Amino acid sequence: MEYEAVIGMEVHVEINTKSKVFCACSTHFSAPANTNVCPICLGMPGVLPVLNREMVNKSVAAGLALNCTISRWSKLDRKNYFYPDMAKNYQISQYDLPLCSNGHLDIEVDGQPKSIGITRAHMEEDTARNTHTLGGGQSGVDFNRSGVPLLEIVTEPDLRSAQDAYAYLTALKQILQYLDVSDCNMEEGSLRAEANISVRPKGASVFGTKTEVKNVASFSGVMKAIEYEIKRQVELIESGGAVEQETRGWDPDRGITFTQRKKESAHDYRYFPEPDLVPVVVDAAWEQRIRESLPELPLPRKHRFMEQYGLSDYDANVLTGTQAMADYFEAAVQADADAKKTANWIMGDLQALLTEAKADISACNVTPACLAEMIRMINDNTISGKIAKEVLAEMFVSGKSPKQIVEEKGLVQITDASAIEGIVRQVLADNPQQVEQFKAGKDRVVGFLVGQVMKASRGKANPEKVNEILRNELAK
Amino acid sequence: MTAWHEKTAHEIRNAVRARHVSAAEVAESYLNRIAAVDPKVDSYTQVWADFARAQAARVDEKIARGEDAGRLAGVPIGIKEVICTKQGHTTCSSRILEGYQSPHDATIIRKLEAEGAVFLGKLNMDEFAMGSSTENSAIKTTRNPWNLRCVPGGSSGGSAAAVAADLCAFSLGSDTGGSIRQPACLCGCVGIKPTYGRVSRYGLVAFASSLDQIGPLTKDVEDAALALNVLCGKDAMDATSANLPVPDFTQALTGDIRGLRIGMPVECFTESLGAEMREKVLSAIEVLKGQGAEVVEVSLPTLDYALAVYYIICTAEASANLARFDGVRYGFRHPAAGDVREMYVKTKTAAFGPEVRRRIMLGTYVLSSGYYDAYYLKAQKVRRLIKEDFDRAFTKCDIIVTPTSPTPAFEFGAKTADPLEMYLSDIYTISTNLATLPGISVPCGLCASGLPAGVQFMAKPFDEATLLRVAHCYEKNSGITLGKAPIA
Repeated sequence: MEYEAVIGMEVHVEINTKSKVFCACSTHFSAPANTNVCPICLGMPGVLPVLNREMVNKSVAAGLALNCTISRWSKLDRKNYFYPDMAKNYQISQYDLPLCSNGHLDIEVDGQPKSIGITRAHMEEDTARNTHTLGGGQSGVDFNRSGVPLLEIVTEPDLRSAQDAYAYLTALKQILQYLDVSDCNMEEGSLRAEANISVRPKGASVFGTKTEVKNVASFSGVMKAIEYEIKRQVELIESGGAVEQETRGWDPDRGITFTQRKKESAHDYRYFPEPDLVPVVVDAAWEQRIRESLPELPLPRKHRFMEQYGLSDYDANVLTGTQAMADYFEAAVQADADAKKTANWIMGDLQALLTEAKADISACNVTPACLAEMIRMINDNTISGKIAKEVLAEMFVSGKSPKQIVEEKGLVQITDASAIEGIVRQVLADNPQQVEQFKAGKDRVVGFLVGQVMKASRGKANPEKVNEILRNELAK
Repeated sequence: MTAWHEKTAHEIRNAVRARHVSAAEVAESYLNRIAAVDPKVDSYTQVWADFARAQAARVDEKIARGEDAGRLAGVPIGIKEVICTKQGHTTCSSRILEGYQSPHDATIIRKLEAEGAVFLGKLNMDEFAMGSSTENSAIKTTRNPWNLRCVPGGSSGGSAAAVAADLCAFSLGSDTGGSIRQPACLCGCVGIKPTYGRVSRYGLVAFASSLDQIGPLTKDVEDAALALNVLCGKDAMDATSANLPVPDFTQALTGDIRGLRIGMPVECFTESLGAEMREKVLSAIEVLKGQGAEVVEVSLPTLDYALAVYYIICTAEASANLARFDGVRYGFRHPAAGDVREMYVKTKTAAFGPEVRRRIMLGTYVLSSGYYDAYYLKAQKVRRLIKEDFDRAFTKCDIIVTPTSPTPAFEFGAKTADPLEMYLSDIYTISTNLATLPGISVPCGLCASGLPAGVQFMAKPFDEATLLRVAHCYEKNSGITLGKAPIA
C-alpha cells in the first residue's frame, strides 16, 4: 500500500528584544550564570510582570509576515506545571486567544509553490536552564534565560514530507531574520522545532496516530528525524502494529527517534487568564504602523530579482537567502555593476572568503560600491578576472578600493601587443621542447605555453591577447 | 497631656512638622508602648526598634535643615507580613518563608519612606492572608485588644489589633475578601480597601491577584485619607494599577453629604442579620439621613452567589500564585527529599498550614480539565453579573451601606472546626472585591458584649473621595466614641 505522511510543525523562536518579556533584564542569556536576573524573572514573592511593548511589535510583525489575522484583543494566560526551571511554576503564555492566527506561509519545494497554513503564533516566556554537571549529585539552574521572549508558531498539518518541513523551516527562518525579530540560531536554541508526524494510506481522509519529535538541533536533523519517523511508522503499520501517541527524541548519532514520554503522562496545564496583566489591545492604527514598516519579504524579492535582473531561480534564491545578502547585491548593482556578474562574484569568491573567515556579509570589508568598481575594471580590461580574484582577497582584508590595490601592486592588465610579444618570445625560447611538440602536431601544448606566459607576466597579461600572439609566433 | 502613641497620624504629622515634638520622641513613645503592651496583644512578628529610630532621626535631620520632611513626617506605622520589605523578614506568617529576606521593597514601602513614615516592624496575619481570625498564622496568636480571649479578625488581624492598642499610628493591611475591613471592624478601627488598581500591588505577596488590594487601617477617617494620599497612584511596575489622577482625599472631608443618595441593599438586611448588628447599622443610616443624605433601597440579587464565586476565583488564583513556594530558590526546603517530585510534595506538605493546603487543592481542582467550565469559568461569569448588579445599584445611589461583619469578634477556636462557618465572616465584604469597588469599615458602637461593631460603606470604582466624605461625616456626627480598648 502507498502511504502519505501528515506533518505539522511547532516552532519556538526567541524574539530579539533588548530586555526580557516581563522585566528589564537583558536577554543575553549566555552571560555568566544567574547574572541577567532580577526578582521578577526569578519568581520572588511579591513581584509582578509587565509586558514588553517591543515584544508585541515584533510578534505582530512576524504575524503579518505570516499572513495572520492580528487579534484586536488578546490576553495572556498562566500555564501551570512544576519544574525547577520554572521560576513561578507557571509559564505566562497565550492559550485560547493568541495574538496572531489563521495565516499561511508560501514556500517552494523543488520549484513547486505550496502554501502552509499557520494555525497561530502566540507570545510566551522562556524557562530557565537546568544543568546536571555540577557533581556531587547536585543540579543547577541558570535563570538568565528565564523570561526571554518566545513566539510559538504552529502550522496546520499541511506538510507532506521531510523536504516540505525543511523548506518550511528555511522560509520561516528567512522571514524572521528579514524582520529582525530573531536570529533563529538553532545551535544556540533561539529556534526550536518540533514535528508532529503521522502516516495514512494515500488518499485517506482521516489522520493516523501522531508522534511528536522534539529536541532536534538542526534543520537537517529535523529532516532526517522526519524521514526516519515516517519509515518507522509505515513499517510498524505494515507489520500489523499500531503507532502509539507519544513524544519522541532524536538521536543524531544513531540516526533514530526514541520514546521520551507516553501520552498517559500528558500534563493538565490548568490554563487560566493571567490576572497580573491587562489584555493586549492592538488597534488598527498600531497594526497599520507595523505593516508599513515591514521590509520586502524573501519570496517576493526572489521573484523580483529573477524578473528585474534576469537571474536564475537558483541565483535569486541564494541572493535573497538573507536580507543582508540581498541588500548587498542590490547596492552593488545600483553602483553600476552588471547584475549577473555581480551575482557570480558574490556567490562565488566573496562567499568563499566570508565562509573561510566565518564572517557575515553585513560586516564585510568589501563595500558593494567597491565590488561594483572591481567588476567594471574587469569589463573595461583594466584587470583580468584572475587578477580580480587577488584584488578581491586584498579588499576583503584591507577594505581598500580596487583602484588603490591595483595601483599599489601594479596589477594593471598588459594589453600592449609589443610587451606581450616580448614575453612570448622569451617563453618560446625557454621551452624549445614544447615548441617542437607543437610543430609535431601536439596542439595541447599551447595551453601550457599560455600558462607560462601568464606566469611570466605575473598574471597581468590579457589572456586573449596572449593566446593570439602565441599562436602567431608559433606559426612563424 | 495625651501620650504621643494615643494620637492620630495627622496629629503626629502636624506636631512633628511644627517641631512641637521630634520624630524620635514619637517613635520612642510607640516603642515603649509596644514593649509594654504587645506581649499581651502579640500583634508584632518583628519590631524594628533600631531601624525605626534611624528613620525618625533622618526625619528630624530634615526638619532641622528646614527641608520638607514629607506628608507622613515622623508617623510610626506597622506593616503586614505579606508586604515585601528589604528590612527584616517577609514571611506571610508562613513556615515556608521563615527567615525570608526580600531583595526588594514594595512600591508603597518606598513611597511611605519618601514621605517620612517610620516603620516600627511587621504585623501578624493569617498565613498568606487566608483566614478571618489570624488563627492561621504559623508565627503566633494575636489577640483582640477589646477582649484578649477573642480573635482580632483577619487576615490583617495584627494590623487591626496594633492600631486598636495604640501600637502604631496606622498600619498597612491587604484585603482580598475583607481582610482589612473585617479585622478593622472587630478591633474598632477604620479600615479601607481602595478600588482595585488604585494602589500598586508590586511587593504585595499575591494571594488572589484579581482581588488583592493594599490599604490602611487607621484610628480615624482623616488618617485613612492621609494614608491614601500617599499610597494611591499608577505604578509602572504593576500593569493592573490605574493611570488615573489621585485627588487630595483630605480635601474631600467636607462634612457635607446633603443630597447624597445612600443605598440600602435589601439582601443585606434580611432576617439572617442579627438584631444587635441590624440596629447599629440602621442607626448609622439614621445619622447620615440627619445630615441630609437621602436613603434609597437597592437590590443586589446575585449577592447570594458571592461567597461561592469568591472561593472559586481566589483559590484558583492562589493555587498558581503559591506554586512558586517550592523549596528551589528560597524559603523552606524539606531536608529529606530523594528527588525533585518528593522535594515539592514534602516541602509543601510540611510548610503550608491546613487552610493554605485546602485552598491550593480547591483551586487546583476548579482549574482542572473537565471542571474548568463548571467552576472557574462559571464563577467568572457570575462575577460579571455581580459587578453589573453593583453598576445598576450605583445608578440609583452614590454609596451603598451594609454591616461590615455579621458578628463582632468571636472567641479563639469558635470557628476553626468549620471552614464554611469561618468563610461566612466575610459575607458582607467579599462582593466589594469581586466588583473591584472601594469599601471602608467605620466603628458604629460597642455591642452589649463590649466588642466593637462596624458599618461598611462602598462607592463606585475610584470614588474614594465620596466614600471618605461619607465615612468622615458619619464619624463626626454619630456621637459614638469607642474609647480606648481595655487590653484585658
